[in-house]
Amino acid sequence: MSILVIAEHDNKTIANASLNAIGAAHKIHGDIHVLVAGSSCGQVADAAAKIAGVAKVLKADAPELGHGLAENLAPLIADLGKDYSHVLAPSSTFGKNVLPRAAALLDVQQISDISAVIDADTFERPVYAGNAIATVKSSDGIKLITVRGTNFDAVAAEGGSAEIEDISSKGDSGLSSFDKLDVVESDRPELTSANIVVSGGRGLGSKENFAIIEKLADKLGGAIGASRAAVDAGYVANDMQVGQTGKVVAPSLYIAVGISGAIQHLAGMKDSKVIVAINKDADAPIFEIADYGLVGDLFEIVPELTDKL
Amino acid sequence: MKILVPIKRVVDYNVKVRVKADQSGVELANVKMSVNPFDEIAVEEAVRLKEAGKASEIVVVTIGPEKAQEQIRTAMAIGADRGILVKTDAPIDLGGVEPLAVAKTLKALVEKEKPDLVIMGKQSIDDDSNQTGQMLSALLGWSQGTFASKVEIDGDAVKVTREVDGGLETLSLKAPAIITTDLRLNEPRFAKLPDIMKAKKKELEVVEPAALGVDYTPRLSIVKVVEPPKRVGGGKVSSVDELVDKLKNEAKVI
Repeated sequence: MSILVIAEHDNKTIANASLNAIGAAHKIHGDIHVLVAGSSCGQVADAAAKIAGVAKVLKADAPELGHGLAENLAPLIADLGKDYSHVLAPSSTFGKNVLPRAAALLDVQQISDISAVIDADTFERPVYAGNAIATVKSSDGIKLITVRGTNFDAVAAEGGSAEIEDISSKGDSGLSSFDKLDVVESDRPELTSANIVVSGGRGLGSKENFAIIEKLADKLGGAIGASRAAVDAGYVANDMQVGQTGKVVAPSLYIAVGISGAIQHLAGMKDSKVIVAINKDADAPIFEIADYGLVGDLFEIVPELTDKL
Repeated sequence: MKILVPIKRVVDYNVKVRVKADQSGVELANVKMSVNPFDEIAVEEAVRLKEAGKASEIVVVTIGPEKAQEQIRTAMAIGADRGILVKTDAPIDLGGVEPLAVAKTLKALVEKEKPDLVIMGKQSIDDDSNQTGQMLSALLGWSQGTFASKVEIDGDAVKVTREVDGGLETLSLKAPAIITTDLRLNEPRFAKLPDIMKAKKKELEVVEPAALGVDYTPRLSIVKVVEPPKRVGGGKVSSVDELVDKLKNEAKVI
C-alpha cells in the first residue's frame, strides 16, 4: 500500500495539520509520500522531506498552484491519486475545499473527517455534530480521506530524509482566481494547535467585555476561542468559533467562560484534556463535561483568576 | 440569471439525536425534520439576489422521501419559484444516498435546467460530510466558491468571500459557478403566512432517480453507529484559589 498525503502550507511553512494527517497515514501502514503543491514552495518541500517516516516528496511548483485553488489543484491530486491506495488531506478549510473535488474526478466516495483508523478500508468518523460515531467501510479502490487533526498525534517534523521529485502542474483552469486573503494578525498561538484555549460565550455580553478573555489567554500564553453565540452576536470574528460548524480543538486546558455548552459547541472541544467552566448558571450543560466548574460572576472570577495565575 | 438551490431534509438542529439500539444508525422516527440550516441560508441568498434584480428564477431541488416535499414548500415560502423532488426511500443521512451520488443527481438536473449559478449549503448537519458542492463542481467542470460569507455578482463575474482557517479569502469565479454557504452569509427570514399559503400553489415536480440515470448503491457501508464515549465531568470548585490549586497540582496543566 502507498499513501499520498496532501500537505497544507502557505508556500513558506508546512501547517501542523499536515503532520497530524501523516500521523493518520502511519496508522494505515504503507509507504508515505507527501505532495507539496504551491508556488515558490521549495522550502516547504525541503521541510516535508525531513518529516519522520516520509519516503518521498512530490513537489509541484507553479504560479497557478500558489493559492491552493481547488480548480487547479484537484486535477493534479486526481491524476497522482490513481497510483495510490489512499490519499489523505487535513480536515481544514483547505482539505475540505479541494479533496472532494479530486474525489469526484476519480469517481470515489470520500470519507470525511476521520477520527480513527480501524483498518485500511475501515474508519471512524463523527456524524450528527459528534453526537454519534459512525464506523464506515469503503468499497472504493482508492480511499480519499480528510483527517480530523485532533484525533491523531502529529509526527515528528525532523528525522526523515526523503527524496524530492519534481512533478508538473496540470495548468491553470482559468475558472477562478485569487484576489486576497485578509488574515487576522495575532501574536497568540493558532487556535487548533494551541496547548491552552480560553473561550468566551454570550455571557460576556459585548465585544468590549471580550478583553477580559484576551487578558486571561495572554497570561496563560493561550489562544482565544468563542462559541457560535458569541460569534453571531458579533463579539469576535468567525474564525475563532469552536464547534461543529467552526473549529475542532483538543488542547491540554480549555477554559469556557460564559458558555452554556450547546451540543454544537461541545462537539468542538469535548476532547480537550482538562475542561474548566466558569458560568453564573449552575445548571448550564457545560458543567456536565467540565473537570472543574466554578459557578459565579465571570466579571469577578476571570480578572481574579488572571491575577492569581 | 437562473439559480438552482439544492436543499436537504435533516433532523432539526435543536433535536438531540439518539443512536439506534441495533447500532445501524440514528433514530429518525417521530423526530422533527427541517431544512438543513446551511441550505436555508442558500435559499435566502438566492431570494436576495432575485430581489436585487440579479436573478430571474429560483429552482429548489431535494433528494429524499415523499415527505421531503415539506422542505421544498418551506423553501418556496422563503421565495423559491419552483421545486423538484427526486424521490427515493433510500436513507439520506447514513448508509444510503451518498454525496457523490447526490452530486451526480444534481449534475443531471443542472444539465436539464441549465442554471447559471448553484447555491447550496456547505454541509448537511446529519452526515457532516461537506463534499457535495465541491463534487458537483468537479463533475460539471465549473468554478467553486466554498464556505461563502459574502457573494457579489456583476454580470459574468462572481466574487466570493470565503471563511477559511486563517481569516477571509476572496476569489473571483467565472460563471457558471457553485457556491456553498457558511453561517454568516445571511440570516434567513421567517416566512410570513401569506407566503406559506402562496408556496402551496407553486409547481413541484417529482422525478425518479432512474429517470436521471443515477444509482444510489452506497460505496461506504455502515459497520456500526454508536454514541461517542461519555466524558466524565461534573467536578466543581468553590473559589478561584481552589481552581488555581487544582490546575497546578492535580491536573498539572499550568
